[in-house]
Parts: sequence; C-alpha cells; structure tokens
Amino acid sequence: MGRQGPARYGLRVAALVYLGVLVLVPLVVIVTKVIGDGWSQLVDALSSQAALTAYRLTAEVSVIAVVLNTIFGVGFGILITRYRIPGRRLLSALADLPIAVSPIVAGLALVLVYGPVNGWFGQSLADAGIKVIFSTPGMVLATTFVSFPLVLREVVPVLEEAGTDLEQAAKSLGASAWQQFIRITLPTIRPALAYGVVLSLARSIGEFGAVRVVSGGISGAGQTQTVTLLIEDKYQQLEPGTYQLALLLVVVTVVAIVLASLRRDETKTKDFL
Amino acid sequence: MSIEARNISKRFGSFVALDDVDLTVKPGRLTALLGPSGGGKSTLLRIIGGLEEADSGRVFIEGVEATNLPAQRRNVGFVFQHYAAFKHLSVYRNVAFGLEIRKRPKAEIRRRVDELLALVHLEQFADRLPAQLSGGQRQRMALARALAVEPKVLLLDEPFGALDAKVRKELRDWLRRLHDEVHVTTIFVTHDQEEALEVSDELVVINQGRIEQVGTPDELYDHPANDFVMGFIGEVTELGGRPVRPHDIEIFTAPAEGTVAAEVVRLNRVGFQVRADLRAGDEQPWAQLTRSQAESLGLEAGREVWLRATTG
Repeated sequence: MGRQGPARYGLRVAALVYLGVLVLVPLVVIVTKVIGDGWSQLVDALSSQAALTAYRLTAEVSVIAVVLNTIFGVGFGILITRYRIPGRRLLSALADLPIAVSPIVAGLALVLVYGPVNGWFGQSLADAGIKVIFSTPGMVLATTFVSFPLVLREVVPVLEEAGTDLEQAAKSLGASAWQQFIRITLPTIRPALAYGVVLSLARSIGEFGAVRVVSGGISGAGQTQTVTLLIEDKYQQLEPGTYQLALLLVVVTVVAIVLASLRRDETKTKDFL
Repeated sequence: MSIEARNISKRFGSFVALDDVDLTVKPGRLTALLGPSGGGKSTLLRIIGGLEEADSGRVFIEGVEATNLPAQRRNVGFVFQHYAAFKHLSVYRNVAFGLEIRKRPKAEIRRRVDELLALVHLEQFADRLPAQLSGGQRQRMALARALAVEPKVLLLDEPFGALDAKVRKELRDWLRRLHDEVHVTTIFVTHDQEEALEVSDELVVINQGRIEQVGTPDELYDHPANDFVMGFIGEVTELGGRPVRPHDIEIFTAPAEGTVAAEVVRLNRVGFQVRADLRAGDEQPWAQLTRSQAESLGLEAGREVWLRATTG
C-alpha cells in the first residue's frame, strides 16, 4: 500500500522534522528544565498556594465552559442539521468565528460589552451588583467563546451522516421529541461528542489570550489567575515554577486527548465488525 | 382500517410533488404506489404517515381524521429504504423499541418480540447488532419493529430498493406471504413495475404528482387508462402508429387480412423467449415469441414477414 521509494521516505522525514521542530524541541526543553531544577522544585511549584488556587479557578472556569459548549454545541448542531431555517449557512459560518478571531480580540470585545466603565451593559450590570469583567463570569464567557466550535464541529458531520431516518423511525414508533433525542440522537453522536468535549476541555484549560484580557490578573484573595496566567506571571517575574506548571498543563491535555482518541478508535472498530 | 387521502397537494419550492391527489386504500389489502422517481409517491406515503405535512388536503385513518395528528400518535408502521436500524441497539431492542416507549410490561414485550422475531425468521439473531446483519435481515428486522406496535397501517417506502436483485426477489415473495399471514393494511412505494405487479393486490400509478390509474394488476395490464400507464406497466412497442404489447404482435409468413409487411432485422434469444426486432416501413416494432413459435415460423434475420396486432 502507498507509495514506495525515496519519495515516501522523503515525505516521512519532512513530516518528522516538521513535527520535531514544532512540537518535540520545545517539549524537550521544558522537560530538561524541569529535570534540571530537581524534584523538590517540582513539588514546591505544583503545590504552592498560588498554584492550588489557580487549579481550582481553572477547573471551575473550564468545567462551566465545557458544560455550556456541550449543551449549545449539541443544540446548535441539531438546529443547523435538522431544521430548514433561513440563514443556516450564515449561522454555520458564524459558529466558526471563534477559531478565526484572535483570542485577544475576543477578550477585548467582551470588555467593550460587559466592562464596568465603558461597556454597553457594564454600568447596569455593575448597578445590579454583578461583576463580569475582572471576575470569574467574564473568564467563563471568554473561555466558552474560544472553545465554542469544538463540540459543534465534531457533532455536526455525524448528525449529517446519520440523516433523519432514525429519528423519523423512532417518531413513527411513538417516541416524543425528547425520547428521540435521548434514545436515538444522543447514542448516535456519543463518540463524537465525547471527543468534542475533551478537545473543548483541553482548549479551555490552555486558554490564555482572551482570559488574560478579561481577568485583570489579580493574585491572592479574590484572585483571577488561572494556571496559564500564573505561568505567565511567574515567567514575567522570573520566579521559579514556570516550567513545572507548563509541563503539568502539557501532560494533562495530552493525556485527555490520547484517552479520547483511544476510546474513539474503539467505537469505530466496533462499527466495522 | 381504510385509509383515505383527500385533495392532497404538496410543493417543494416551485416543484409540485402532489397536485390535488385523492386516494382510498381498502382495508387489509396490499396496495402498491407505483411510478417513476420524483413522481410524488414517496411524498404521499410520508404525508399519510405524518412524516411530511401536506400544503392542503386531509388524511383519514380508519375514518378518523389524522391530518393534524403528529406521527407519534397516528399508530402507523413505517419502513424506510435504508432500514433506519438503530445501530446502538440489539435486534431485540430494535423490535422492542415501540413497546418500550409505550411502557408495556416487560413480560409482554418479551413475548411479543419473540413472536415477531420468529415471524421474520430472526430468532437466532436477537442479541446481534444491526451492523452484524445482512441488508435483507436488517429490513426484516425493520418490518418486525414496525409491526410490534400493532399499527393500523404499514407504510413501506421502497423497502427493497437498497438490496441486490436476488435478495429483492426473495424478500418480495416473503412480504407477500407475510401479508397473507398478518393482514395489516399495507401501502408500499416502488418504482419497479415487476415488483408491484407481483406483490400487490391493488396498484396505484402515480406520475408527475397525479394519480394516473387505480386497479388490480390485471386491470392495469389489460386495460391501461392511457399510454403512460401502458408504457409503465409492462413492455410496449409501436405498430401502425399505436402502442401495443410485444407479445400481442402476430407474425405471419404470408400476407393476411389487416397485416403489414415487415422485415426481421435481428433475432435475440433470452432463455425460452425470443425477441424479434422488425422493420415495418418507418416503424421499428419488436415482437416477443416463444422459442417454438419462432422455430415453427422459420424466422431468421433478413426474412420478410407480415405483422398484425392481436388486440386493441
């Protein structure tokens, strides 16, 4: 199978070099740094008070963002694949916007809308005692925005491929719209949904730009520092712990994606039996 | 158990799928909706089943108006061309689906599903997933699933369309026998005239959004209402400017009353049948004969013969 000879080896070498320069070298640098700094340094960095609060905040923000993205990704996916609504294509294109737009721009836009000083809704929200920008809700919004298309883009092709026959068959057998969704649609998209959720989670944990703009980067009590922001802070301040925390992020996301793709392969093989 | 559709019209954009169609289906019968693709037959079936909404017109099932009833409450069984098997559920759970939705007791579901699996000869496949079945088996499972809820009417949309020729033929015979056993009012859509003639009690020919003719297979074959029906049901050729069945062309070796002179262009034997391509003036009719007929006439390419249509 495939091409033989020098062309094939050439391509392989090119791919490896490309991946190596882009992914492997930076990773190796981080790992050497961490090893060079030693075990106690690693433990200290990962268990410092600032790190612990950053973990909690990151988890909080990511989990809420992923839940929102799952609900809206599936809902939106069903909307654009199952209903003949006007402007379907436009909606679908708009849903990709978060991937195209720079996270910094997204963050700034959120500040312009919800910011306490000049934001559109900012003043009224502030009057109502709700703080969005420089606080957790703003960070959740920013994270949700940047990771929004990930669930949607995994789910839509599966919905399209499955077609409407299954749901209509269930319908003619007496299933209500909700029963069709729970018993038929959800099991059909489950592997894709699981993968989308993991991608979305990885993206949320790693998000930096948009969150940076809306967080205000306050450390200490009432802090708004996620793990990525903490890393940047430590890097800027030339404090120890930068590489240790960076490695932790890498490990967490890689493990999540590997687990998800393993599970996806499993379900795929089952389908071909 | 009769089904009635009155004044049904349906458009998709500017395309007229159904144009003021009236249809009455007799209870307990197996009725085929036959016509070329895009003629509106599937749309009519889906409107009866509640999967599509008509622009105007009304639907009655067992004399009760069902026009505004959602598909969930029409109690019809629907079978799709591509099986619509629930891939994540076993064959057993597929068949049990409608009963589980209706929250029937476990024991009753078990009894009913076992009964149906026996009816469609899939007892030994109960625990398999649909992906482990052949196309024909999947479609039988889909039929059992539709029958499980004891529907008032069974609607089949090109049920054998995705199967290969041999399985198609088997399933067709099997459906006929099944219907003789179960007697549920059944409407099935097909574009295959042979399939329709062989299986159905009654035929409804639909073309360009209208019903061309309704009748038994014999009525339609022997007394087609128009050239379209004649051409669509059975083979047709032309002699003396009029459509005629190829087996209704009589061949003589000498002139006789009402005959026209012709020349045999080509003889083509398929099994026990012989197809004779002829040339009579400007026309190029063809005749269908048995092998012994062709031999006793001594037909061969280039020979002069005389033709006459036996009926019409």
